[in-house]
Amino acid sequence: MYAQMVDTGTKRLKTLEEMSPEERDFQEKVDAETKIEAKNWMPEGYRKTLVRQISQHAHSEIVGMLPEGNWVTRAPTLKRKLQLMAKIQDEAGHGLYLYSSMETLGADRDAEIQKLHDGKAKYSSIFNYPTLNWADMGAVGWLVDGAAIVNQVVLQRTSYGPYSRAMVRICKEESFHQRQGYQILLDMMREGTQEQKDMVQDAINRLWWPALMMFGPHDDESPNSQQSMVWKIKRKSNDELRQMFIDQTVPQLEFLGCTAPDPDLKWNEETGHYDFGPINWKEFYDVLKGNGPCNRERIDTRRKAIDDGTWVRDAAVAYAAKKQQRAAA
Amino acid sequence: MSEWRLYEVFVRSKHGLNHKHVGSVHAADNEMAMENARELYTRRNEGVSIWVVPSETITASASDEKEILFDPSEDKVYRHASFYKLPDEVGHM
Repeated sequence: MYAQMVDTGTKRLKTLEEMSPEERDFQEKVDAETKIEAKNWMPEGYRKTLVRQISQHAHSEIVGMLPEGNWVTRAPTLKRKLQLMAKIQDEAGHGLYLYSSMETLGADRDAEIQKLHDGKAKYSSIFNYPTLNWADMGAVGWLVDGAAIVNQVVLQRTSYGPYSRAMVRICKEESFHQRQGYQILLDMMREGTQEQKDMVQDAINRLWWPALMMFGPHDDESPNSQQSMVWKIKRKSNDELRQMFIDQTVPQLEFLGCTAPDPDLKWNEETGHYDFGPINWKEFYDVLKGNGPCNRERIDTRRKAIDDGTWVRDAAVAYAAKKQQRAAA
Repeated sequence: MSEWRLYEVFVRSKHGLNHKHVGSVHAADNEMAMENARELYTRRNEGVSIWVVPSETITASASDEKEILFDPSEDKVYRHASFYKLPDEVGHM
């Protein structure tokens, strides 16, 4: 999930009777699966939660370009380089679709980006891990985008219209990302040297658990989920989504001829799902708090990009003014 | 960026179809809005024509005007073809 632990500001759910007439009207609309649009009345908590979630989602897309950008100049062939650049451009696009839907809620894009740069806004924990070898590009596409797809497919049904429409657009583009990632790994496993095959296994070993952490804490440790589910911002719980992801990914893992770094991972005939071992939540919270391997580097890179680009933005404004003057003269 | 104007983007997906709202972009001027819209919303043959319109120039109906604007059309069933029942012998009309 690209948005983790989004605060809803609610301690306890209200019953329909406790709600104001406006609130009740709103909740009944949500219950009837009528999409909420920008101009509709909405509870302040709903608006704030959405701004938090959508901005966090957008930041994740933008920061998510960095681990991949690391490999643009190192891609093994021109074909792979073009594919990688197309994927990275998509991530920028996804970030912008999301910022644009966030702005319909009255939030300011620059202000939200400033919060990210000040360390006040979160982005997905996954992007604080380094991408150390070429197989990481495959594993990121397959596992990270794969986890994002599981989450985002469900979010297409989210209750806020502009967010839901951005998700539809994103989902259409996302499956290219996952397939190109899996194909990188498949090629390495089928045609690669032993050293290259080892790289694939190494990438999976490092990214497997962080990918599972993307879905956020277990449901009983996720105090904000309940309100988000009632508002239908969130449609499935963290654990449900995680299980869906594991169930669909393990057969793909086996097809590659690789293994997961989890001795407890095995098919459970009774439940019809894969069982898996305990997740290291300490690591998850550490990364979220800013102490992951790449947190500082990521934010520094983002800040530098904004600062170094100031002159470009200034020039664009000056040029636009000049053109207008000329047209008026 | 927020210091830049906000534009709404409309894309015609195919010749013969109407333009549809797809989202928004920020830009320093109209020309840049067009370039940004092309980069952002038509990377995969999504369209054959783009409109960009400064958001502030759009006048939208407010949600609390919904009844005033749209209710009157609901009680005029005689505006629909299905209101007029014709004998079967007349055939398709």
